[in-house]
Amino acid sequence: MAIGGKEARENKTRYRKNGLNEEDSYMVRNKLLLAAAILSGGAFASPAAAQSEQFIPILSYRTGAYAVNGVPYANGVADYYNLVNERDGGINGVKILFEECETGYATDKGVECYERLKGKGPTGAAFVNPLSTGITFALTEKTTTDKIPIITMGYGRADSKNGAVFAYNFPLLGTYWSAADIAIQHVAKEVGGFDKLKGKKISLLYHDSPYGKEPIPMLQVLAKKYGFEFTPIPVTHPGVEQKSQWLSIRQNRPDYVLVWGWGVMNGTAVKEAAAVAYPRDKMIGVWWSGAEPDVQPAGDQAVGYKALMLQHGAGKFPVHAEIEKHVYAKGKGASEPGKIGEVLYNRGMVNAMLGVEAIRKAQEKFGKKPLTGEQVRWGLENLNLSEARLKELGFEGMLKPIKISCSDHEGARDGRVQQWDGKGWKVISDWYTANQSETEPLVDEVSAKYAADKKIQPRDCSKES
Amino acid sequence: MLYREAGQFKTTYAEDMAIFPIRQDRMALAILLGIAFIGVPLLADFDIWPFGSDYLLRAILLPFLILALAAIGVNILVGYCGQISLGSGAFMAIGAYSAYKLGTGVHIPLDWLGFAISIPPLPVLLSILLGGLAAAVVGILFGIPSLRIKGLYLAVATLAAQFFFDWVFLRVPWFTNYAPSGSVSAPTLDFFGLNVGTPIERYMLCLIFVTVFAFLAKNLVRGNLGRQWMAIRDMDIAAELIGIRPLYAKLTAFAVSSFIIGVAGALWAFVYLGSWEPLAFSIERSLQLLFMVIIGGLGSIMGSFIGAAFILILPIMLNLLPTQLGVPLSTETITHLEFIIFGSLICYLLIKEPHGFARLISIGKEKLRLWPFPY
Amino acid sequence: MIALGQFLEVLIGGLMSGVLYSLVALGFVLIFKASGVFNFAQGAMVLLAGLALVRSLDLLVANGFPLWVAIVLGIGFAAVIMAITAWLIERFVIGPLVNQNALTLFMSTIGVTFVLEGAAQMIFGSDVYPLRLFPTDIWLLFESHFPGGILVNQLDVWGGLIAGILVAGLAIFFQQTKTGRALRAVADDHMAAQSVGIPIGWIWFVVWLVAGLVALVAATVWGTKLGVQFSITFLALKALPVLIIGGLTSVPGAIVGGLIVGAGEKLAEVFLGSHIGGGIEYWFAYVLALAVLLVRPQGLFGERIIERI
Repeated sequence: MAIGGKEARENKTRYRKNGLNEEDSYMVRNKLLLAAAILSGGAFASPAAAQSEQFIPILSYRTGAYAVNGVPYANGVADYYNLVNERDGGINGVKILFEECETGYATDKGVECYERLKGKGPTGAAFVNPLSTGITFALTEKTTTDKIPIITMGYGRADSKNGAVFAYNFPLLGTYWSAADIAIQHVAKEVGGFDKLKGKKISLLYHDSPYGKEPIPMLQVLAKKYGFEFTPIPVTHPGVEQKSQWLSIRQNRPDYVLVWGWGVMNGTAVKEAAAVAYPRDKMIGVWWSGAEPDVQPAGDQAVGYKALMLQHGAGKFPVHAEIEKHVYAKGKGASEPGKIGEVLYNRGMVNAMLGVEAIRKAQEKFGKKPLTGEQVRWGLENLNLSEARLKELGFEGMLKPIKISCSDHEGARDGRVQQWDGKGWKVISDWYTANQSETEPLVDEVSAKYAADKKIQPRDCSKES
Repeated sequence: MLYREAGQFKTTYAEDMAIFPIRQDRMALAILLGIAFIGVPLLADFDIWPFGSDYLLRAILLPFLILALAAIGVNILVGYCGQISLGSGAFMAIGAYSAYKLGTGVHIPLDWLGFAISIPPLPVLLSILLGGLAAAVVGILFGIPSLRIKGLYLAVATLAAQFFFDWVFLRVPWFTNYAPSGSVSAPTLDFFGLNVGTPIERYMLCLIFVTVFAFLAKNLVRGNLGRQWMAIRDMDIAAELIGIRPLYAKLTAFAVSSFIIGVAGALWAFVYLGSWEPLAFSIERSLQLLFMVIIGGLGSIMGSFIGAAFILILPIMLNLLPTQLGVPLSTETITHLEFIIFGSLICYLLIKEPHGFARLISIGKEKLRLWPFPY
Repeated sequence: MIALGQFLEVLIGGLMSGVLYSLVALGFVLIFKASGVFNFAQGAMVLLAGLALVRSLDLLVANGFPLWVAIVLGIGFAAVIMAITAWLIERFVIGPLVNQNALTLFMSTIGVTFVLEGAAQMIFGSDVYPLRLFPTDIWLLFESHFPGGILVNQLDVWGGLIAGILVAGLAIFFQQTKTGRALRAVADDHMAAQSVGIPIGWIWFVVWLVAGLVALVAATVWGTKLGVQFSITFLALKALPVLIIGGLTSVPGAIVGGLIVGAGEKLAEVFLGSHIGGGIEYWFAYVLALAVLLVRPQGLFGERIIERI
């Protein structure tokens, strides 16, 4: 070694004498190791859980590069479970027991968290919600073996909409292929019709990961159909450096830039767009690129930026009042009170609500007791939330009715577009519904390939009740 | 009293050259292997806590074994040959993706030549080993600069491999069989007609791999090649003067090390993750492996295991602890504390014993020899 | 056909972002020069400095202090935090590890990185905190010559100015002050320096402090660019090739390395990346560094490595 090594050999004298001599420090170390061994033994002990509790794991990330988006989401989830416990005493009397595990958005830690939490509680995990497309891919096979449903609301693998092949995956409320279709519908409306799309230039600025790549095949299909010019532009994780991408965009002058970012990438995209004077109102983010932390740091530069909505947007609804009354008034809230009602907080809440309702549905069939993942899967597949039920739950105006079935694990594919006005998000469009005739062939093709690769015999959905 | 080689006479050259010349060492190893090969499966079979739960097998032992194997690979390069590498993650990725391609069938259309190269899907075992081989070839390629660049400069140069292959596996759809998301999943794990699916089967599979490679590595490093590597490590110019060819020694170290890391990468992808993306082999993985080697002890096969256990399990324990003890801390605080404590412990260990756990073991052995009459 | 206007624009943009990398790389160089420690924690130090600054600034402004007072006090507070950090690192990590080999020292700074990242976020929070110290408007130059003009971001210009001042300041510090000269003596041979009465522990503290202050300066610029948040720590990885190209021991090398890396990677990304799929700038910088090392194993401006038996 060229550096330092020689000096080390020449000079063995220590610059500062250590307090302990060799032997003492050895003893100390042994004791430390012993303590560690004892502690590690204890760590495997599962706490005695009451028999009438339903366990739900929360795979969250409150630290690291994506914490900015992970924190409000996890808060929404935790607050809703607390609400159900505090206000109703659980789901039909079955209390929800939940535990968070920090994944840091890393796949291997996500797998560790899943393994750690899947067996907790009297019946194991009811379902798992990893909030990361990468972890979803890694868990898809494991959850099928373990018979635990995996809810990926608004993310995950788009082909898993096909419940015949992906029995345990539930990409509720919309996949990225639906999102791509909705985004193009909105662009078409802005330019004055689908026929006007011909010859337009649309770029996709995406996070270079399974998440960001997911919409590409759909957009390619749409580009061919409507004759617009489609350019995917990757941004390397975590997305702090986008200057060259935006310099290309400045030269290329696409008519629209779709943003498929997460974490720091969103905010940086908005700032860099301002730095090259690309009009922000020609940018359309996916529903993961349209929350407050994405635009607030950019200040005035973000005004005009648009993003899809996964049905709901920001703002407070009756359910928020309930949460403030039953959770925050008792000091059990997870979030800063000022951040209740933010986009990602609401999304976490919606996600928790759908899970809870699936358990409630499953309880109709299997009884009012803690249920296994397999039973909850039935509940999810038969979930049917009507307008009236959503009103009862306090989600009126946030969500449209949703109905899941064996062949359709997505349930609803509606979205709107919102725009940032410098202070808040404003809804600027009507409802769009993704055109199934466009997404469906791709779903069938890719899921059939998956089934063939994995030797899965697709279920016959006509026979499922 | 217990650990003493007095009275163990070596009467043949073969005995003198044995891997483990001391009887007590052999017994300890036999017990360890016995526990690993027979004890753990039995405990798991009878559902004895904590071995009955999937968690220990799937989330602790499995990654531990695979990362220990990778750490052995890194140790050969860094610990035995003295070439610092921050690109280990890339070599794991090469192993994983090559094994994936070979396991699912390779098709290279060479239209301009008028034919195509097609290899049918190979058996899993073969594709894992060939994945290692592919990593070895690339390892040699990226080892060439080491003849000119040394020390920390080399470490940063190996980062070129890291970032380049991160990009290649993200960007070249051929490697992922044109999967739309760029995430691929492993073929079913069939070994000679035996389907490896349950956690305990996966554990046994990795254990066999690790044991075989650990013995091979242990043998290799004490042989001619290993001594060449160590000579290069200690002072490359002096080694060259006494007739060791740096080109040969360094490149073999890169090849052997990358081979083992590549096999570990393939196992990590196939057996542990099952479905993966390039981010699974990012720079963090490289740093983690380097930590394992340094905390475990540079130039020690046993140290690689201890280092892997320490670096992998400590953060998990730190993370589990507050919940288990019922301390009401938010996950956020726990994770930050985990970072702080983990970082401090690493610094503490490096200060107290810069040569890692392996040195502690040899000090321990020395003391045992004299025990109970140290003077 | 590449338009000249675009080429110049990308080139200028690249050079400017290269200077911003140099701001981070400078911290590395200072510490390596004086103590042979390859300080991986520089990225975490930028995060810590940025968080300390932005959080105190927000607090002071919220309590009704005028902006300029808040900025001065905030910078003062962040500097104090960096001084404490420097003292802790020197006292508890680098001091006891003196004379260990370079790899051990390097790994210990990764340990320090973990501690700093955890502590900084635990104390100051892990949200995005906007910081607006410099203008981020754009200038369009030569609009008459090129369609659309050549775009230059004012923040980049500020970054360049600050880097220039910083390098000049460091040069004066090293050449003219007593501490600076002592620092160079320690860098040359710390045993000899110690034997002529230079307090080596104090000198190392000063070096880490200066590196901390450089991190603070980098944090003001990068914080304005990105908002202060965890992702700033990734800058360490962008600064490494800069460092290697310039040479680990050369302050001007860090600037020149930054210019080369910035211009090289941006040009490659814009003009080459579009043909092979994009996203190449991360590895391109490293491959560039590798290529330079093959010609000059000690970097462009590094001290020649002389090996003796």
